[in-house]
Amino acid sequence: MTNTVLERLRAPFEGPNTTGNSTAFWVVLALGVVGLLAYPSIASGGAAENMSQYLAYAFLALSLCFIWGYCGILSFGQVAFFGVAGYTFGIVAINIGSYTGISLAVVVALFVATAFAAILGYFMFYGGVRDVYVTIITLVVAVILHRFMGQTAGSEWAVGDARLGGYNGMVGVPNDAIGFGSVGIDMTGTGLYYIMVGTLLATYLGLRALVNSQFGYAMVATREDEDRTAMFGYNTEFIKLATFTFGGTLAGLSGVLYMFYSPGGYINPDVFSVSAAALPVIWVSIGGRKSLIGAISAALVIQWFNNRIDGWLSTGFELPALTPSLELTTTTVVPGNEWSLVIIGSVLLFVILVMPEGVAPRIESTVHRVLERLERRREQRSQSADVEAETETEVPE
Amino acid sequence: MGPYELLSLFFQFLDSFAFLVLATVGLAIIFGMMGVINLAHGEFILVGAYATTLSFHSLADLGVPLALPIAMVVGVLVTMVFGLVLEVTVMRRLYGRLLDSMVATWAISLIMIQLLRIQFGNSIDNIAIPGGNVSFGPYTNPYYELFLVGAAIAVLIGLYWLFTRTDFGMRARATIQDKETARSMGVDTDRMYMTTFVIGSGLAGLTGALYAPMQSMSPEAGTGFLVEAFVTVVVGGTSVIVGTLLASGLLGLPKAGFEYAFNSQLIGQVAMLVVAIVAIRLMPSGITGLVESWRQSRRESND
Repeated sequence: MTNTVLERLRAPFEGPNTTGNSTAFWVVLALGVVGLLAYPSIASGGAAENMSQYLAYAFLALSLCFIWGYCGILSFGQVAFFGVAGYTFGIVAINIGSYTGISLAVVVALFVATAFAAILGYFMFYGGVRDVYVTIITLVVAVILHRFMGQTAGSEWAVGDARLGGYNGMVGVPNDAIGFGSVGIDMTGTGLYYIMVGTLLATYLGLRALVNSQFGYAMVATREDEDRTAMFGYNTEFIKLATFTFGGTLAGLSGVLYMFYSPGGYINPDVFSVSAAALPVIWVSIGGRKSLIGAISAALVIQWFNNRIDGWLSTGFELPALTPSLELTTTTVVPGNEWSLVIIGSVLLFVILVMPEGVAPRIESTVHRVLERLERRREQRSQSADVEAETETEVPE
Repeated sequence: MGPYELLSLFFQFLDSFAFLVLATVGLAIIFGMMGVINLAHGEFILVGAYATTLSFHSLADLGVPLALPIAMVVGVLVTMVFGLVLEVTVMRRLYGRLLDSMVATWAISLIMIQLLRIQFGNSIDNIAIPGGNVSFGPYTNPYYELFLVGAAIAVLIGLYWLFTRTDFGMRARATIQDKETARSMGVDTDRMYMTTFVIGSGLAGLTGALYAPMQSMSPEAGTGFLVEAFVTVVVGGTSVIVGTLLASGLLGLPKAGFEYAFNSQLIGQVAMLVVAIVAIRLMPSGITGLVESWRQSRRESND
């Protein structure tokens, strides 16, 4: 009986559009969540705080995975929505200030990121812009924002009390709690960490349900063959616009959560830079663009690795050309480490050449194959047992 | 606006135009031929620029005459070899996989930016701009900028000749038009791809060599070339020469105009990018697509 209840509970989250539809997968996922929840008690406070940052990035990975993997829209500019949400959050929170202001800042930031994505998406998809041209427009939008925000150093570039600050960035955004008036939920340290894990899990499950729904099927159909889907009477422009807009919301959520993590409430134009824009593409390509869990895991693992590798390498051997840009690594999205970018870039190249579908789908198919082989072996053994017994036709499990 | 201002604006336009043409052609050839967008194009240009700068300094130290032209040739050759190696090891697995090729070449770009930074630091010694200045009224302009305009036009003419007047060009166009038929007619298409990629790399190297005296080269400088080349290719469409020429003209105007009016490179660039986005929105298959459909409608009305 419990089995059927569990199965009914699982049903909306399973379908042909997600990797991991077996009991084994859910058990592993549960273990993973438990591991993430236990992490702050095991690791040092600093490590847990870093992990909050990677958890914020995981939403950015999800946003690209959702629009690229499920609807075929490759955007190189998801960081644009991330950064716009971050800056909007900063502007509202600085100007209003109280816990109410921070709550309002979350709402306004998500709204602005969503509206920005909707306008850009309407402009592109209803204008017949497709494929690589979408990729280029999104990248150009990020580049324009990078250059524009970079030249806002003067005091005339301020919204109310919030100074944009050019390449030095915006500092002192209040981000310690969310609530109304003087009543607030703590958004620092491990409190923030648990909120992020909870939100990420909810978002992941929600997206699983979404991509396995009717709308998810329409998204995948649009990805596979847009003209044919349109022939069947689907409004593919609207499907793409809706997908892209929701992707903008997710990237915006990532930006807002990043601001809660950000030490000293700090954001600078480097969030729009080309090397930052590359990060979501790296995570999703390596993790597997048709796998939501792959994208999340890749974001967490790669950023964690990116942070660690520098320590490993600098204790391992001498690096002559270590530049002072290292100081930026704790506060910006840009990986400032010397060799980590080379290594991560090489891994990306390797994955694209050897397993274009990504790591997570490869793991799933491997597990599948191993299980099938075990199954076959068991059948063979039971068959030979049949022959020996020569009486029974079915062997009880 | 007096005559001197107009002349200065005109020079600015020529400057933008030459930059866009030279930054774009290598990318455009590879895109037009293989349908692959090489996101490491900016770093290919940097390979040319770094090779030119480094060999110039060592040649000048040795007191070799004509150090700059020789260094530029070295820059082009190094980039061609570099392109050949990448074609054989990586690129040929990615033809026809447009989005994968973009991600893979972006990975190459990230690796190269970082390797350049590790090897050479955040900047290298510049080469002085050769030649004197032409002055008119209160303005001066280096002769070298005019030389770059000449070089841009020469490159376009050279490519036109290569693709329309030579046996290679015929085979290349056959490969673009219909790969299968070209193969069955005895064209070695794999080799055509390889040669085209090497030519595209060589043009990127040439751009790097020519701009080595004009800009301070740093590991990030490739991004600047790439973004402008990128939008010019897309606005131009798939026809290499016509597309590059028209798109460079179209985008060079707002770039030069706004740069001049606001005396800010940044505003010029932003204006150009905004015009590019609008142009892509209005002409999803580029200027070439527009020219193509215009030709077709004229042909139909003639019939």
